[in-house]
Amino acid sequence: MRRLIWLSVVAAAAIAYPLLLSSPFQQRLGALVLLYAIAASAWNIVGGYAGQVSVGHVVFFGCGAYAAMGSYAKFGLSPLLGIPGGIVIAVGLAAIIGVPTLRLSGHYFSMATIAVAETMRLIVTNTDWLGAAVGLSGPTVPRNIFDLSFLSSLPYYYLFLAVLVITLLITWWMTNSRMGFYLRAIKDSERAARSLGAPASRTKLYAYMLSAALTSVAGALYAMMFGFVDPESGLGILISVKILIMAALGGAGLLFGPLVGAAILVPLEEISNSWLGGKGAGLTFVLYGAIIVLIARFQPGGLLSLLMRRRKPTTETGASHAP
Amino acid sequence: MSFVLVQVIVGGLLLGAVYALFSSGLTLVWGMMNIVNFAHGDFVMLGMYVAYVVYTLMGGGPILGAPLATLVLATVGVVVYFALIRDIMKGPMLAQILGTFGLALLLRYSVFWWFGANFLSMPPNIVGGTYAFLGLRIEASRLLAGVVALLVTLGLHLLLTRTSLGSKMLAVAEDQTAAQLMGIRPDTMQAIAWAIAAGATGLAGALIANFFYIVPTVGETLGIVAFVTVSLGGFGSVPGALVAGLLIGVIESLSGYLIGAVYKDIVVYVLFLSFLWFRPQGLMGKM
Repeated sequence: MRRLIWLSVVAAAAIAYPLLLSSPFQQRLGALVLLYAIAASAWNIVGGYAGQVSVGHVVFFGCGAYAAMGSYAKFGLSPLLGIPGGIVIAVGLAAIIGVPTLRLSGHYFSMATIAVAETMRLIVTNTDWLGAAVGLSGPTVPRNIFDLSFLSSLPYYYLFLAVLVITLLITWWMTNSRMGFYLRAIKDSERAARSLGAPASRTKLYAYMLSAALTSVAGALYAMMFGFVDPESGLGILISVKILIMAALGGAGLLFGPLVGAAILVPLEEISNSWLGGKGAGLTFVLYGAIIVLIARFQPGGLLSLLMRRRKPTTETGASHAP
Repeated sequence: MSFVLVQVIVGGLLLGAVYALFSSGLTLVWGMMNIVNFAHGDFVMLGMYVAYVVYTLMGGGPILGAPLATLVLATVGVVVYFALIRDIMKGPMLAQILGTFGLALLLRYSVFWWFGANFLSMPPNIVGGTYAFLGLRIEASRLLAGVVALLVTLGLHLLLTRTSLGSKMLAVAEDQTAAQLMGIRPDTMQAIAWAIAAGATGLAGALIANFFYIVPTVGETLGIVAFVTVSLGGFGSVPGALVAGLLIGVIESLSGYLIGAVYKDIVVYVLFLSFLWFRPQGLMGKM
């Protein structure tokens, strides 16, 4: 009951936010928080629930972004029609990375994800058909509503909110399905889970593919909002870092962890960028690095687990994250 | 075989020896503590910047820069061990990977913030000119880097296998409790391992700084190279890292020459992924 009240309060606040704080900056900020929350929630499925730390998640983001912009720039179609293509490529790539590495220790998986992301970035930067270093642009003037090209951030805000709700529903459904039980068992002890017949590698692979598909959607939405994608904004390692740090700061493996992380870090970055200008970029990532180190050292469960542990001292989630 | 090809292969071997040097640091830590340092490549990058600062501030060449970089990075290694690694080692996998990955970002962007994103480089003749040898033309800086790296890597192997310090470290790697009962302090041994591993990256960084481009993000590429080398050579094995490092150096040089410079990194990454698919236990067997 108490949970339901909390949920309704958060939902009402999310719906009312862009109407109450209606300056373009605030609406844009809200949309960005939701967008990164989608990507971080998608990361959370493999990084949090399956416990496999993908540090090259941007590659799926890029699949979606390039598919959406490519469908307009190359075929003159609505960017929306690129989304299924982006999902297919992302899931295929996830299989290529996941099948060999998810059998090995987690380090191999993490390193392979970096290697694949960097490979894709280098290949795309040198492929003229994909716009090389310049990238691809979306429609400058919308032909119809399906181009999803709006001047105001308001339509994006509600679109992202809808997609975030779907992403969270999928995650919630997953954790309560057989797959969720397998994942929890594997995360506690892979050997024990295997010996009881849980198909560990396969379950992790499914989680990874699901995460890839959702991240690809986030990438497509990002490209539609900004109207272009280039190798840095679509495939740069820094996007991976942002996705990962938001989930980890909020609470990896908790449903609302990524949303909390995004709601803290996106405003922080926007404000530091507008204060420090271009010079701030380096400093922001120094800060990000420091935050990640501090989380890993003192609170691997993230901020939300800290809160939950204080409220209910014997909660299982809090205890299992304690180092 | 054409002469140019021989030249390319020799260049690859010299660079590969440096890869082997810094990768043996990663393999030592990985084999001993089962922790992967995702900031390893950024340690090499720090070594390069130490050498660069030594040159710009004091006008010193590699004679001064290399020992200083080794010393500075060994200190960094010990500090990182006590401040971070010792605690996250006992934590979940998520904390281990996030911890060293966050460290990588912290180092990379601190340097980026201080020095900017520009490519820096040392003056071309800081070590000496170019030697002609049996028709091959070899830059003195590359020759110095290759030879020193090879000797130090072999020295590391001897240190681990032939000295009492090496035996103590292996004992800790094998069984901490048993080692403790024999009067060996695991903490000290692991801190020494971090000092050696990070010192090796410092030396490697100072050696390649003489002919490589110096830029904050170079650590990412070098980190992947180290990881590929270790997974090819089998983790915990310094001789494995040596063979794999030389091999990767040659493959990289050859693909750079035959396919194009932009593609040489791609070739290494794809090689890594295909190894994961077909031979995850590495070249030398052990997993």
